[in-house]
Amino acid sequence: MSISVDSISFRYGPRQALQDISFTLNRGGFHGLLGPNGAGKSTLFSLITRLNALQQGDIRIDDASIRRQPASLMRRIGVVFQQSTLDLDLTVAQNLLYHASLHGISSRDARQRIDTELQRMEMSDRAHDKVRALNGGHRRRVEIARALLHRPEILLLDEPTVGLDPQTRRSLNHHVRKLCEEENLTVLWATHLMEEINEDDSIILLHKGCLLVDDRAATLLSLSGQNTISDAFHHLTTLPQQESV
Amino acid sequence: MNLISSWHCFKGILVREFLRFVQQRSRFLSALVRPLLWLVVFAAGFRAALGISIIQPYDTYITYETYIAPGLCCMILLFNGMQSSLSMVYDREMGSMRVLLMSPLPRPYLLLCKMTATALISLTQVYAFLAIALLVEVEPPLLGYLYVLPALLLVALLLSSLGLFLSTRIRQLENFAGVMNFVIFPMFFLSSALYPLWKMQEASEWLYWICMINPFTHAVELVRYALYLKLNSDALIITAGTTLLFTLLAVTGFRPQKNSR
Repeated sequence: MSISVDSISFRYGPRQALQDISFTLNRGGFHGLLGPNGAGKSTLFSLITRLNALQQGDIRIDDASIRRQPASLMRRIGVVFQQSTLDLDLTVAQNLLYHASLHGISSRDARQRIDTELQRMEMSDRAHDKVRALNGGHRRRVEIARALLHRPEILLLDEPTVGLDPQTRRSLNHHVRKLCEEENLTVLWATHLMEEINEDDSIILLHKGCLLVDDRAATLLSLSGQNTISDAFHHLTTLPQQESV
Repeated sequence: MNLISSWHCFKGILVREFLRFVQQRSRFLSALVRPLLWLVVFAAGFRAALGISIIQPYDTYITYETYIAPGLCCMILLFNGMQSSLSMVYDREMGSMRVLLMSPLPRPYLLLCKMTATALISLTQVYAFLAIALLVEVEPPLLGYLYVLPALLLVALLLSSLGLFLSTRIRQLENFAGVMNFVIFPMFFLSSALYPLWKMQEASEWLYWICMINPFTHAVELVRYALYLKLNSDALIITAGTTLLFTLLAVTGFRPQKNSR
């Protein structure tokens, strides 16, 4: 299983948000989607999740194209959006049951899956609490549990740690990496926080809608001549114009 | 899309709407206050000015309260339909709509499920209103409460599909004040909800014809006849036809993100 993004360009009116983006994510593994604010990360997510219609190019999972077999793609991806999409007035279990039903899963089957996923996220004891009563980190965990309920092969997370304290950010990142190893899940983690990226992660670096780097994070260091990923990111995204690597 | 998955999906959407409805009791009560004010206050002042002769579907002279009750039932559906459709549009870049659109089921089906679920929940408000209306002697036949159910459901679907269609196509209507002024009030006042159309015809021929082409007029008449165990087939055909038309236009015109329009 691989997900390939093929020559995608996208405009919001006169503003070019993405320019000829192509990359492939191979099965399993943690991939970082990096870029400063406004680089085009959320636009890319909105195209993969069909919240925006493709204007140019295609997205495929194996041979299934998002243009021709959207349902097949939606079954195979789980998404955590940048802004919370949980219903605050419903309980954790009610939110998860709703998501399962949208994927056509019976409530009986859904309850078993909810138990499993909440256990994995160490949230079993909060199943009947209202989401409003949870802190930011726990809400994110619930969203990850929800994204995994229909057993997708790919997990997309759009800046999932925004607004969380450093400790919670680390713990969430660690959690997702563990999931990735245990379940052989393909993870695409969008962020502009470089401490969330390890040197051996695959990265896709976007800047002003263009693809700057599609390689290992360590390549960023050699490319920029910097000592840390954070410095390398800063160096590459403040240069006037870069060729893609 | 198989039938079992589709059923689980519809059930999930309905349960969610129901849970939200239970949690928003204050909204439920405030939605009842509006038609009750019309029924109790407006009707009391207005009945002296407006004599109602024996007209179909009534077999005898009726009070003004009895006359306006079906129109007020439709008013509840009108407000709910517009409000929920607008919130679907506001929500498209936010929480609930994004979650809905992550479903692998076809989007037109998801929108239909959402509109149907909202319509079914709105019906509980209409029945609560009809129960309270008994206190001012609006007493349709007992079986009428059952006969009117499919008519109310059809009207609820008409109004939420119209709301979704308008809010996806007309940018200026993206706030409720605009909808009140340009959709809800004209639709309500230019209909047979508050006065029989022959009265309107006496006052102005062109206003009468505007009322006649207003789908809300036919929706009110469908409900009025059904409540009194009669079928107004013209009203049924027009209401069903416009529901189908606006549903098709709404689900095909819906775009998940505002800025991609």
